[in-house]
Amino acid sequence: MKKNISTKVANINSNLNYDIKLLRKMYKKMLLIRRFEEKAGQLYGMGQIGGFCHLYIGQEAVVVGIQSIQIEGDTVVTSYRDHGHMIACDMDSKGVMAELTGRIDGYSKGKGGSMHMFSREKGFFGGHGIVGAQVPIGAGLAFAHKYNSTNNISIAYFGDGAANQGQVYETYNIASLWKLPVIFVIENNEYGMGTSVKRASSGNNLAERGKGYGIKFEIVDGMDVLAVRDASERAAEHCRAGKGPFILEMKTYRYRGHSMSDPAKYRTRNEVEEIKKNSDPIENLKQILLKSGITEEDLKLDNNKIKETINEAAIFAQESPEPSIDELFKDITIN
Amino acid sequence: MSFEILMPALSPTMEEGTLSKWLVKEGDEVVSGDLIAEIETDKATMEIEAVEDGKIGKLLVEEGDQSIKVNTPIAILLNENEQIQTLVKQPINEKTEAAETLEFNVTSNDFSDELQDITPLNYKKITVREALRDAMSEEMRLDNNVFIMGEEVAEYQGAYKVTQGLLDEFGDKRVIDTPITEHGFAGIGVGAAFANLKPIVEFMTFNFAMQAIDQIINSAAKTLYMSGGQMGCPIVFRGPNGAASRVGAQHSHCYASWYAHCPGLKVIAPWSSEDAKGLLKSAIRDPNPIIFLENEVLYGQSFDCPEDENFLIPIGKAKIEKVGSDVTIVAFSIMVGKSLEAAEILKDIGIDAEVINLRTLRPLDTETILNSVKKTNRVVTCEEGFPFSGIGAEISAVINENVFDWLDAPVTRVAGKDVPMPYAANLEKLALPQVDDIVNACKKVCYKN
Repeated sequence: MKKNISTKVANINSNLNYDIKLLRKMYKKMLLIRRFEEKAGQLYGMGQIGGFCHLYIGQEAVVVGIQSIQIEGDTVVTSYRDHGHMIACDMDSKGVMAELTGRIDGYSKGKGGSMHMFSREKGFFGGHGIVGAQVPIGAGLAFAHKYNSTNNISIAYFGDGAANQGQVYETYNIASLWKLPVIFVIENNEYGMGTSVKRASSGNNLAERGKGYGIKFEIVDGMDVLAVRDASERAAEHCRAGKGPFILEMKTYRYRGHSMSDPAKYRTRNEVEEIKKNSDPIENLKQILLKSGITEEDLKLDNNKIKETINEAAIFAQESPEPSIDELFKDITIN
Repeated sequence: MSFEILMPALSPTMEEGTLSKWLVKEGDEVVSGDLIAEIETDKATMEIEAVEDGKIGKLLVEEGDQSIKVNTPIAILLNENEQIQTLVKQPINEKTEAAETLEFNVTSNDFSDELQDITPLNYKKITVREALRDAMSEEMRLDNNVFIMGEEVAEYQGAYKVTQGLLDEFGDKRVIDTPITEHGFAGIGVGAAFANLKPIVEFMTFNFAMQAIDQIINSAAKTLYMSGGQMGCPIVFRGPNGAASRVGAQHSHCYASWYAHCPGLKVIAPWSSEDAKGLLKSAIRDPNPIIFLENEVLYGQSFDCPEDENFLIPIGKAKIEKVGSDVTIVAFSIMVGKSLEAAEILKDIGIDAEVINLRTLRPLDTETILNSVKKTNRVVTCEEGFPFSGIGAEISAVINENVFDWLDAPVTRVAGKDVPMPYAANLEKLALPQVDDIVNACKKVCYKN
């Protein structure tokens, strides 16, 4: 099977221009997401998390690379595979985990669940369960940035599956027409649920579909956090300069099933193992860090701290009470 | 043989128009297709063409004549041998049969009552269309975060002229033409509302809002709850709903019960100019997603409307348009006018009907309905939409659950027929609830024949 993504280790020589502190920060954030997701998977298995639970493991470089170029006031909106985006936006892992367990201390007081979390304070506008619906919403956030004459941009993430939804193209058209400052980030993890991109999508690369709307695009190795950062820097500059939207297609891969209940019969174990072995975004950055003077010991310390944070979040999420009965009728409308 | 040129109907709901300019004069030769006049309707100014060859014998109306009913003769076309002298000028504004059936004009003061909680000082007679426009422009002056977008709202001045003049006053940053992509622009509106702007999204008709239903329901209506109260969505979706005239099933659907079904939305259906203005202003100020169901047939109707810019009508409160003691008629939107007409007819046969204008469908003012039922003990609900799972069905259930023992007759529904709207004039009339249907239903629940 043809692989869309690069199987080589990230370009180690390109790291010279990067601040080592920034690299380590990105490493820690990717690791935090991975450990969070592993714990979420574990709690799901224990029956502590119900419903759907879509894990982000494997795709961490995408959101962390892009987040590294965001400025105060930028907004993010994504699909139901949203835990990584929330952690990247610096939302508290305790609040996210408590939402997964359906407790009152969750970001949505336990009323949203895995797919529906928000933080105005952190510029995270969901967490949307309808495939593709977040794309016009992201353009709407960009509309507000422009309307308010800010220098901010909107980042609208969606998957390769959503890239076939009609409302995505309605949004491309309007965003280009009105020069909205929005980066459309296609997280192409090769499978829309169980259907591979080549069985679901005509044409070549998904990003190229922006051509017809006059939208600039780049196709990026989404397993390489530095490549992601570089490309999103260019995209953000374009948007902030008032030149309209930009499409980034991130070639990435999810290690886990579509959701926790996915047996993943549509791909071979070997395919997944190959990617993990050769293209893991966290491992790639780790190699760079090690060549830049950071020691295994330093990274072990980071890892331990992150594990501790996640364990605390898991305990918090299980100890937080369920929402009180009167929450049932709250927050339907604003009085 | 001479040929009468008639005032044409230039839109499905046009009843009358102004002859703004003659492009020919008496004695001119015209051939079919020549432009002969400019007609201004309530929606647009349009040129009309000669449909026959001949000589203009007589112009029957003056330039600037207003309110010329559709089908009134406006000029006489002669064949070559005819003389102008043989013609007699006919009176203008003579009501034709077609125009008469559409003729309907009620002012809210005809049924004055003491129950109105706000009593503004000055009233002015304006159309529902103007009331809606005034509501938007007043609120846009007060709050820079309010903007309007939709198809043809800006340069075209509104497909139904509701947004007339807004582009000139507020500019293209705040009055925005969209492509014909309801799903996309509704979603952009929702995103802008999440970011604390206050969009007014106009749908050319609510039939087209079906393209955007996912964003309206799944995004706008549910997100506040799913976010534990964080993500308010202060947006107004507005446009004409229900039947217009002869536009077929895909342009005539009443979606009142669809939207009223969904928690997270507020659903408003104004009838008069006063309703339109006071409720739309309240809707724009409300922090929730609002479905504002207008009616194309009502746009051109005039009613007394308070001039005060502070005039607001509370969302969730019905208005008793006419006090009565024998039967309660519960209606909304265009059916309020028909119910008031029915009440007049019923008066002549000794039935004193109370007419409730719901104004808001969600949240429903059950208190006003139930109190009225306790007084009259009989109820007829009226709506243009389908009866099955309709607003009337809901009202009937609420009455049964709360005041069953007060009823002296079964709650009776008057509604549109359970069929897609037919195009043929006779069938369309049959499909829509008429005044007679309301009269008959009231007689039935009062056990009078």
